[in-house]
Amino acid sequence: MAIDVETVRKVAKLAHIRTPEDRLAPLAAELSGIMQWIEQLAEVDTDGVEPMTSAVAATLPMRDDVVTDGGDPEVVLANAPLRRGDFFMVPKVVE
Amino acid sequence: MSDTPNKLIEGATGPWEIVLGLEIHAQVASKAKLFSGAAVGFGAGPNAQVSLVDAAMPGMLPVINRHCVEQAVKTGLGLEAQINLWSRFDRKNYFYPDLPQGYQISQYKDPIVGEGAITVERDDGSIFTVRIERLHLEQDAGKSIHDLDPNMTAVDLNRAGTALMEIVSHPDMRSSEEAAAYVKKMRTILRYLGTCDGDMEKGNLRADVNVSVRKPGGELGTRCEIKNVNSYRYIQQAIEYEARRQIEIIEDGGAIRQETRLFDPAKGETRSMRSKEEAHDYRYFPDPDLLPLVLDPAWVKSIQKTLPELPDAKRARLAAQYGLSTYDAGVLVIDAARADYFERAAAGRDAKLVANWTTNELLARLAKDGLDIDASPIPSDDVAGLVKLLEDGVISSKIAKEVFEHMWAGEGTPARIVEARGLTQVSDTGELETLIDGLIAANPGQADAVKEKPQAVGWFVGQVMKATGGKANPATVNALLKAKLADT
Repeated sequence: MAIDVETVRKVAKLAHIRTPEDRLAPLAAELSGIMQWIEQLAEVDTDGVEPMTSAVAATLPMRDDVVTDGGDPEVVLANAPLRRGDFFMVPKVVE
Repeated sequence: MSDTPNKLIEGATGPWEIVLGLEIHAQVASKAKLFSGAAVGFGAGPNAQVSLVDAAMPGMLPVINRHCVEQAVKTGLGLEAQINLWSRFDRKNYFYPDLPQGYQISQYKDPIVGEGAITVERDDGSIFTVRIERLHLEQDAGKSIHDLDPNMTAVDLNRAGTALMEIVSHPDMRSSEEAAAYVKKMRTILRYLGTCDGDMEKGNLRADVNVSVRKPGGELGTRCEIKNVNSYRYIQQAIEYEARRQIEIIEDGGAIRQETRLFDPAKGETRSMRSKEEAHDYRYFPDPDLLPLVLDPAWVKSIQKTLPELPDAKRARLAAQYGLSTYDAGVLVIDAARADYFERAAAGRDAKLVANWTTNELLARLAKDGLDIDASPIPSDDVAGLVKLLEDGVISSKIAKEVFEHMWAGEGTPARIVEARGLTQVSDTGELETLIDGLIAANPGQADAVKEKPQAVGWFVGQVMKATGGKANPATVNALLKAKLADT
C-alpha cells in the first residue's frame, strides 16, 4: 500500500505535527516503504497462532481502590506555562 | 425492538419514524481513579485531585484499579450481558486542552462487557426491550472553563482519569419518551447495583444521543450524535428538536451530514460542534502501557454472588408477595430505599394500605419538599402505626390524613398524636344514636326523602360527621342510620 502526499498531510495534521510542504513527498516515500515492509511480513502464515500482545508473559497488575496520590496542585502545576490560581490557563477554546 | 406501534412524527411528506441509540457515560463509584491513586470526588479545589499520571507527565505509567474492573463486571452481570474474560485497552487519539495525554484510554475492539438487554416501561405501563451492544471502561477527561477569562480557557484536571463505564445501546428506541424511560431504567439498575451513584446534576451520569429519522420501516437514515445531554428533560427536548431539524432538511431535498452536535438548553436547539469535525478520526490502537485485562472466571462468579435483587425481580416479588398492583410495585422499586421502606412498614400490616400511604401521601410530600425517602421525617414504623390505627377502626381515613399532617410536622407517633389531639373515632353507638335520633326528629323532610331516594342518606352522614368533627366511625354511622330511617 502506497501512502500519498494527501494522507501524510492529513496524518500530520491529526497528530499536530507541523510538516513543511517540501517534506510531504519524501515522508510519503518513507512511509510507503514501511508499509511495504509490513505487507511483506503479512505473507508469513500465522493461521492458528495467537496474537502476541506483550513481550512478557504476564497479566495486568491491579491496584486497590485507595487514595494514595494527588492533593498537591503545586506539583501538578509546576511546569505550567501559564496558571491562574490553581488553574492551567490555555488559549481560548471555542466551542 | 418496540413491542407496540411506534410513535411517528408527521412531516410535510407524510409520517417519519425517529430511531434512537444512546451512549450512557456512568461514572464508576470508586474512591480512586481508573489508573491512578488520586481521589475521585466533587467540589475539591482546582487540580487538587490530580496525580502526575492524570496530568500525563512523561514517564508516568497507568496501573488499573481492581475495584473499577469489578464494578464494570457487576454492571455487566446486572444487565445480563456477556462478560468478556479477555479484554484490552486502546488509545483514542485526539487533542483537547483538558486531555493532557493527547489520547483517552478506552476499550475499542475488545470491551470488558458484550451483548445484553434491559426491559423498560413506558409511561402507559407497556414495556419494550433495549439491547445493549457493549459496556467498556474508559477515562474521563478534565474540565475546561470558558467563562473565567474572555481570552483564555481555564483547565481543571480533577475529573481527568476518573473511571467511566460507557454503555452503548442498539438503536432500539423510537421516541424521546422511550429514550428518557431507558435512561431512567438504566439509572435505577446502576443505583441498585451500587456501581454508579447516578447523580445527573454532578454529571456522574450523562448521555450522548444518536438521532436519525426514516420513513416507517425504511432504511436507517444518517445519524447525528448529540453530546452530553444530562437531564431527562434535555434528552427529550434535544431529540424532538433534532428529529424536526433532520426531517425539514430531507423534505427540502437536502441530505443529513453525519456530525457531532451540542444541545443548547437555553435556546432549546442543537448546533454543530465544528471543533469535533476533523477529530473523528481517532486512530485507535492498543495501549502499549497496559497488558490485556484477563479475568478469572472464579472471580466473576464471586461477583455474581454479590448482585442484589434487581428492580424487575423486586417488582414482581412485591406484586406477588403483597398483592400490589404492577403500577404501585413499579413506583416503589424505582429506588431500592423506597422498596425497603415499604417492606419495613408493611410487615404484619395491610400491605395495600401501606402501599397507598407510602406512594400517595408520603412520596408526594417528599417530592414536594425535594427529599429522598432516606431523609423522610416520618419513619417507616409510623406509617405502619398509622395503618394499624386504621385497621383497628380507631380512626377513619379522613382523620388519618389529619394525623399524617401532624406526623409530617414531627409531633410523634400516630398513636400519640391521636391521643393528644383527641382524634379517636366515635364508635360508641349510644352517643351516636342520641345524635342521630335528634337529627331525624329535627329534619323529618330529609328522613322522608331517604325513603324515596336511598342515596339521600348521605346528608345525614354529613351532619353526623360535622357534629363529631369527623371522628364518627363511618361504618357505625351508616349502620345506625339505615336501621333508624327504615323504622320511621
